[in-house]
Amino acid sequence: MWRSPISLVISLVCVALCPAQELRVPASVTAGDDASISTTGSGKATFYLLGPGASRKSDVNLGEEIRLPGKDVQHAGEYVAVLCSSTCDSATFYVSAAKPMTLAFVVHPSRVPVAENEAVSGVAFPFDQYDNLVLAPETISFQLASKNAPAISKATRTEDGVAWFRTASGKSAGPVQITASLGDITEKRALQQVASDPCNLRIKGERTAKGIVVETDPVHDCAGNVVPDGTIITFTASDATGKSTVDAPVKAGIAKAQIDASGPAVITVASGIVMGNELRIGGQQ
Amino acid sequence: MRITLPIILVAATVGLMGIGLTRFGRAHVGGTISVEEDSSFAALTPKPTTPELALTNLMTAVQRRDWDQAYAALSESSDIDKQAFIEDWKGSNGSLRAYSVLEGYEPHPLHITDDNAEIRVHIRFASPVGPIEDVRDIHFVREGDTWKAVWPKVHIATVPAQVVPVTYLKWDLVTGSSADLWGQKNVDSPHVRITSMTAVNTAEGAVVMGEVVNEDTIPAFVNVNATLLDAAGNSIDEETSFDKIDHVLLPKQVTPYRVDFPNVDLKRVKSVRMDEHATLVPASADPVIGVMNQKVESDVQGKAVLEGDLMNESGDIVNIPHVIASFYDSNGKVIWVSDGYVDRALLPQSSEPFAVEIPRSVASRVQNFHVVVNHYNMEGS
Repeated sequence: MWRSPISLVISLVCVALCPAQELRVPASVTAGDDASISTTGSGKATFYLLGPGASRKSDVNLGEEIRLPGKDVQHAGEYVAVLCSSTCDSATFYVSAAKPMTLAFVVHPSRVPVAENEAVSGVAFPFDQYDNLVLAPETISFQLASKNAPAISKATRTEDGVAWFRTASGKSAGPVQITASLGDITEKRALQQVASDPCNLRIKGERTAKGIVVETDPVHDCAGNVVPDGTIITFTASDATGKSTVDAPVKAGIAKAQIDASGPAVITVASGIVMGNELRIGGQQ
Repeated sequence: MRITLPIILVAATVGLMGIGLTRFGRAHVGGTISVEEDSSFAALTPKPTTPELALTNLMTAVQRRDWDQAYAALSESSDIDKQAFIEDWKGSNGSLRAYSVLEGYEPHPLHITDDNAEIRVHIRFASPVGPIEDVRDIHFVREGDTWKAVWPKVHIATVPAQVVPVTYLKWDLVTGSSADLWGQKNVDSPHVRITSMTAVNTAEGAVVMGEVVNEDTIPAFVNVNATLLDAAGNSIDEETSFDKIDHVLLPKQVTPYRVDFPNVDLKRVKSVRMDEHATLVPASADPVIGVMNQKVESDVQGKAVLEGDLMNESGDIVNIPHVIASFYDSNGKVIWVSDGYVDRALLPQSSEPFAVEIPRSVASRVQNFHVVVNHYNMEGS
């Protein structure tokens, strides 16, 4: 019933002092719109306005309307109007957000491996021109568009100023454009779908004058996407002199390393926690 | 009164000089001193009539960086020129040795005859990454009535002039605008995961170690924090992996980590809370450093060490290579993580040996190991 402690305190004070004048506040006010408060009685009085991010004090004539310019009620929320002459009277009114002007749109994550369920989510919040969250239900349309897949659209009504979606990532690596639209307001975000862990990691190698040169076949994930350049591939060669390892980055889809080993060697390959095939290379002739 | 003060000052000065000279004459064996280069005290070096005195003179001259005096302490039969000898001690190419000073040494005579002597010297260097120890067996010969050190040939890596094309990836980082509401246009932090964690008790305290992998497609700057909790859930101690981790991980790269808790007994610990922090970082896939000929051996002191050679396959000088190794038992569980700095710079297309120690209690259980190489370069790591 009492929307804020301030209004409770002021009302208690007013009850004690028994007002000789009355305030009539508007039933609804839109943020940034001009409004007026009517008064009864006669003579001079002092008017106080308290609200979220705003406060005002002015001298008024009882019986006349008190004009509230739009700049005094830009912030949505509960306001308290107090009118004091020999006694005080108060009333509360609510300022609602104006029509949506901007959308705050948060998409998570900014990079996502392909073919993961429920991996992509987006949340949109409509705001008016004064940065008030618009709590009235609005329909927001989400659209996901990528190069190699049909666009996906979904319209969602906001609840308490929030609309959201959750979906699986696509099958192909590459950028995805995600759009949130509300009327003529559009916000765009880019999401990068990236290859998943390498799959069927295979190597080939040959002995050269400097040792063993070993390289991978083009490194793909299980969906056939080439893993990003820079992905580390670990080559391990075991021979009679010990073990040699090289962490080589993928370049143009292939990782390559030179390993210093003169005798017969067994070479294995791994990327992160994924293992590949084993290769046996004979000793130097 | 007018002449009393000058007399006191002169007497005090003479007294201090006397104390200084006395200490200078006897206190260098295994001691720690700091002396300016080309000190005028050089002329006061005692005649090396024993191998120990010859060693003292040599090490004192090296500590002072009096290279003329130090080189004069070598036998003519030494297979090293003066420049190589200086580089052996002083380092080059921005290596860790170049930032280190000889802090002290400890001689252990191995054998001595009338004309020959062998002394094992444990040498301690003070460096920006902490103390570094080196062990050298120095041979001495008697030449007339003095003893001199026979310095072996030092292999100083040189590389021929060449052009090494480098086309590896480089990742730059563009930060978002401060006006970006809620950071809604930001790039997510890299996704890293601790794949293993083991806590053990050692003589020095509790140790938490394991491995971390960068599961993302971008580089990550990684740090691992560990908090030891008692039975009531209260924090006993909190530490970070500090330099016992390869901080910059490229996509799918795995690094060992080790978090030390000095003077904490694991018996007090009920659980361990692990936090891995990963942030976006600009990085380069270059240089590629191969770790060749890795094997577990015993060093001259009988300690188990993992040794091998670092091979710089790129065109950049790696000023300070840092080796971090994880050791596994027969079940593939990480049972120890060791690290060590290489005090020589790693020149392009050349190799340098490395060795990291394995504790005696762990050595017999080691079945496999994994080595990563962290690197610090003068223009950034």
